[in-house]
Amino acid sequence: MNPETPCNNSGGCGSGSVDPGRRDVLKFLAVGATMATGAACDLEGFFRKSFRELSPADVRRMVTSWERKYSRKYGKAVTVSETGPMAGVKFGYGLDLSRCVGCRRCVYACVEENNQSRKEPQIQWIRVLEMDKAHGIDINHSDVYYDSAEVPRPGKFYMPVQCQQCDDPPCVKTCPVGATWKEKDGIVVVDYDWCIGCRCCMSACPYGARHFNWAEPNLPAQEMNPKTHVLGNRPRPKGVVEKCTFCIQRTREGLYPACVEICPVGARKFGNLLDPESEIRQAMDTKRVFILKEELATHPSFFYFYAT
Amino acid sequence: MLWIAVALAMTLSGHGGVETTTPSAQAVKAPKKERLVEAEKPPFTEGIFPCSQCHNLKVNGKVNPTRRELQFHDEIQSDFHHDSENRWCLDCHDANKRDVLHLTSGAEVPFTESYKLCGQCHGDKYRDWKRGVHGKRIGQWNGEKTYFLCVNCHNPHSPRFKPLKPLPPPIRPSEMKR
Repeated sequence: MNPETPCNNSGGCGSGSVDPGRRDVLKFLAVGATMATGAACDLEGFFRKSFRELSPADVRRMVTSWERKYSRKYGKAVTVSETGPMAGVKFGYGLDLSRCVGCRRCVYACVEENNQSRKEPQIQWIRVLEMDKAHGIDINHSDVYYDSAEVPRPGKFYMPVQCQQCDDPPCVKTCPVGATWKEKDGIVVVDYDWCIGCRCCMSACPYGARHFNWAEPNLPAQEMNPKTHVLGNRPRPKGVVEKCTFCIQRTREGLYPACVEICPVGARKFGNLLDPESEIRQAMDTKRVFILKEELATHPSFFYFYAT
Repeated sequence: MLWIAVALAMTLSGHGGVETTTPSAQAVKAPKKERLVEAEKPPFTEGIFPCSQCHNLKVNGKVNPTRRELQFHDEIQSDFHHDSENRWCLDCHDANKRDVLHLTSGAEVPFTESYKLCGQCHGDKYRDWKRGVHGKRIGQWNGEKTYFLCVNCHNPHSPRFKPLKPLPPPIRPSEMKR
């Protein structure tokens, strides 16, 4: 749009302040496009500021409107939390590679907790890699599609990979619109209404942790988890990127993530990295720790370790 | 059955049951007090406890302490894989007081504290378990958490984990519909 477009009211023009004229034209065009396509476009979401610029009152207003919309759509009382990070907390995750048996219970617990699209597109935030004990950690020769009658298979070990919540996240650096950022407690989040679906973050992520809604997510109403968070598991629209948020809707309320709760072998540890007594710190202080693709200097908050 | 997480309110002293300290200077909100709650131990096989209802000195007379194959407890004997070459029932079960276990020292241990018995040989796991590194805890990472006992996950007579059927693999991109 031409920035020199003359404005239709006096003052404010060319001074860098908000130009109501431009806003009106944009609104007019969008309304026209919506009517033309017949799509149920979320105008409020489309025209709002980016999440981090919203005032607390704006956030509350949006939350109420989402709650109403989702409750109507899924036929149950959906809550959308806006809980912020706790002071003095930096989340860390530990995964014991000597325990994981590759049963994929975590994958499906995550899907159910976080309202991922079940199929077409199928979205799973956790991928479990099967690798040869003889070769050690070798991503290039790993298999995520293993389908055996029983696990663990002889000679194999398993490495679940999900968002590593990097301290220097390449996905955040590459996002052209600032729709993804790192919160104070270490969680990398996505503003689903600000994401333009360019997928630059997906190609930047060295862990394959970001997933794209190629079609309208397929989330059956009866399976929808009604306890959601603005920056986490609230239902996503088509055409946006999503990722693991350490179950932000749970962990900011003090609960363990769903994958920790389900793991049948106790391989998953979670807690506050700033608390030396936490399970994650105890594991890191007493065990051998492995950082996935450490050479890329992404500084993950996710630590693999070997308890035996 | 193994994942019964009903709480027996019991706060552990000594390990972990302490208030968390937050080293960060920017801490404003006081951290919640952590509390460890023991998971309920898995139930006995129906009708097996108290052991003394059958193992009764008054009825059976003197205990034979010699290691041997028994004519009863077939189920346990056929699936006994816990150093079975060297161990047998009375290494853990008390010969004279049938409703308790005993340590190698002879000290009695109730069934509810069987982890003490496990810790005699598996000291490294025992230490890790007390720190929360071995085993599983559920609930709140900064508040009340339920920890599982050794016997919630491991069958004491055959402690190695049995293989599991994995849940389905992800759909390959080539199999996805447009």
